[in-house]
Amino acid sequence: MGILRGKLLPPVLAILFSALLCGIALVVSGANPLQAFGVMFAQVGEGTTAVDIINSTGTYYIAALAVAIGFQMNLFNIGVEGQYRVAAVVAAVVGGSIALPPGIHALVIILTAAVAGALWAAIPAILKVTRGVNEVISTIMMNGLALGLAAYLIGADVFGELRGNNIRTPEIPESGWVPGIPFGSSGTVFGLVFLAALLGIGYWVMMNRTRFGFELRASGESSTAAAAGGVNAKKMVLIAMLLSGGIAGLVSMPEILGRDHTYNLNFPAGIGFSGIAIALLGRNHPGGIAFGALLWAFLDKSGLALDNVGVPREIVTIMQGAIVLSVVVAYEVVRRFELAAQQRQVGRQLGTVDAA
Amino acid sequence: MSTTTPAVVLSGITKRFPGVVANSDVHLSVQVGEVHALCGENGAGKSTLMKILYGMQQPDEGTIEVAGEQVRFRTPADAIKAGIGMVHQHFMLADNLTVQENVVLGAESLHGIGGKARKRILELADATGLTVDPGVLVERLGVADRQRVEILKVLYRGAKVIILDEPTAVLVPQEVDELFATLRGMKEQGFTFLFISHKLDEVRAIADSVTIIRRGTTVGTADPKAVSSRQLAEMMVGSELPSPETRESTVTDRVVLKVENLGLVAAEGTRPVLDDIDLVVRAGEIVGIAGVEGNGQTELVETIMGMRKAHHGRVLLGDRDLTRLGTLARREAGIGYIPEDRHRQGLLLTQPLWANRILGHQTRRPVSNGQWLDLAGAKQDTKRIVEDFDVRTPGIDVAAVALSGGNQQKLVVGRELSGDPVLLIASHPTRGVDVGAQALIWDEIRNARARGLAVLLISADLDELIGLSDTIRVMLRGRLVADADPATVTPEDLGSAMTGATSAEQASESEGE
Repeated sequence: MGILRGKLLPPVLAILFSALLCGIALVVSGANPLQAFGVMFAQVGEGTTAVDIINSTGTYYIAALAVAIGFQMNLFNIGVEGQYRVAAVVAAVVGGSIALPPGIHALVIILTAAVAGALWAAIPAILKVTRGVNEVISTIMMNGLALGLAAYLIGADVFGELRGNNIRTPEIPESGWVPGIPFGSSGTVFGLVFLAALLGIGYWVMMNRTRFGFELRASGESSTAAAAGGVNAKKMVLIAMLLSGGIAGLVSMPEILGRDHTYNLNFPAGIGFSGIAIALLGRNHPGGIAFGALLWAFLDKSGLALDNVGVPREIVTIMQGAIVLSVVVAYEVVRRFELAAQQRQVGRQLGTVDAA
Repeated sequence: MSTTTPAVVLSGITKRFPGVVANSDVHLSVQVGEVHALCGENGAGKSTLMKILYGMQQPDEGTIEVAGEQVRFRTPADAIKAGIGMVHQHFMLADNLTVQENVVLGAESLHGIGGKARKRILELADATGLTVDPGVLVERLGVADRQRVEILKVLYRGAKVIILDEPTAVLVPQEVDELFATLRGMKEQGFTFLFISHKLDEVRAIADSVTIIRRGTTVGTADPKAVSSRQLAEMMVGSELPSPETRESTVTDRVVLKVENLGLVAAEGTRPVLDDIDLVVRAGEIVGIAGVEGNGQTELVETIMGMRKAHHGRVLLGDRDLTRLGTLARREAGIGYIPEDRHRQGLLLTQPLWANRILGHQTRRPVSNGQWLDLAGAKQDTKRIVEDFDVRTPGIDVAAVALSGGNQQKLVVGRELSGDPVLLIASHPTRGVDVGAQALIWDEIRNARARGLAVLLISADLDELIGLSDTIRVMLRGRLVADADPATVTPEDLGSAMTGATSAEQASESEGE
């Protein structure tokens, strides 16, 4: 019961609070909040919205996992944004230029993406380990570089080709596609959404059952205690950053292998930043992140319907921001409360406190 | 002097934190116009007491009187109003502001921020010996001048009683002399100082009277001119504590730890922190390292543990050369390590007890199996430690932070004695723990020694050192300068060897580098 209270109460409170905030914002701007929220929920049943939400959840989930691995040891990988973009271009180029049997082709593309993401993350990791460069700064700068690099690589005279108004990489042959689950007119769920679920399970096992996960958490909790316990801080930074980058590299895989089959100018941006918010919301817990990713996807996709009732859909962005802020506050409040309660409980069960 | 009202009187001050009593029944009386030293080891409760006097914490029991009137401070602002100021060990100055801005910051209502404030600062600056213009940026000042600015800050706010928290820690000897000259001058003008320190020679140089605090309570007040450093040291560490006596010798001739010619140079300076350390610990032997804190003991331990990289020299465990290995490999080779600060280095505070059992053993059974953790094994072995080491806890799933200091330490000791180590490095193994836990930890270390464990013991508690050790080495300024036989040495002898008083030749030699 205490666990439920500690883990579930804060996000529920935070979501209610941010809904309230947005309601007030809606009222102030002259709209009816009940109608707006109603439209958003009704939208889930419309067209391809439900399937879109699931697909988007998978993408967000992978991005948030990548961020969460860094968070576990107080490593702020803001570079997920750039890592998945570079990985997407490289994987699309490689995938479009090789021919392999079905299945193996897709696998090679996925591995290429992971390696590309990890290599892109290796630069800030090595800078941090050898030169002490703060990873926040270097990953932000790497994001800028990634944008430029991707634009260069898909140039018509490099690896890309011009199609109408769009520049894109050569299309990946069908052997490299990952089939989805079709729901007729409601759309098709990407096959690689299951990759996201698999990654989540792997993440949980790694964190809770492996020596590496323990060392990662120990480094995050207390770098001094970890050092005294024989954890090599530099090695942990390097591995955590590479893992984070590798997973970040997979972010675009569901879309590229499931629908687009190419990297083009319409490539989605900002997923890495949403991943940061979702990892915060989910407290780095695979279940919490899944919930956060679902909520994010729901707000994103259902928010589109707000335009129909004359409400600016930017209200959704406000809501997302408010949720993250209030969740962080709520967790901290509950954490302190629980800690004090536990100390009191220990004191009570042992009768008296020991005199020093 | 004794007929006038004391500047500050603390009586019966008691302060409890969850699981620990930081101050208990503390009495302190400070006369007007004196430098009153408060002496005690780290963790003895000096800072808590000063935080209470400065209003940062409220006592659970006891009263504070300032100039004969009973007061209750809720915040430092109350204390400042009553004329009490505090100069913290770590300066609280904004580098990018001028001296005047730093002084006035937060006290704008007194004399404004303009010419009147400047005039007042110049009046006061004289007393502190600060000669720079108030318009100079603080970032351009040296350490000694920054300290004067800190003192100026409290004077500007009207302080008559000034608490100096380890003011000499950041100063070089000449600056210390200047500071003392300043203090003497200000004393003439009627200011009163509470001088917190554990450096006995400095206390004897400046203080008019000294109160000793040990294990959270005041054990007496003395005239520093009338007592010797030895006597002060004895009061600080206490000689009537339960004796940690070790009986018949179990020392063998099998060398377990051999440290050869070990050297370490501080990152920021050229002065060696460790200077040609040679040390041998044999199976069944406890080697104690005595020394005033900050003479290289921490660095020695961390270098042996591989947390710092030695600049030269070798560390051998048995026949194995550990010099190039990391901390984990050294632990795997059979070194148990009780760190000096269990909160920072010994425990993952928010993690359950069984997760703390894994720390440092993550590569070994029973808590892990290859790359996988063995949660069941870890939990079972944690239960064993809880039982064998009498860790008072409702269960092994509570967070480590919820336990009292003594029980946390018992858990750490139990963990470090797990997995059959051949060498135990124990840094202040009983610091800040209750008497019961202390006795248990001593017993366990003695039992392990009887089984053939080699122990390197670092402690500031001289009775612990003399009682437990088979051999004592004295450390001063990064060197092992003297040996002592625990069978014959007294805490007084050891105390003066630690301050270099009896080995003045060696001390002056090492200063010449």
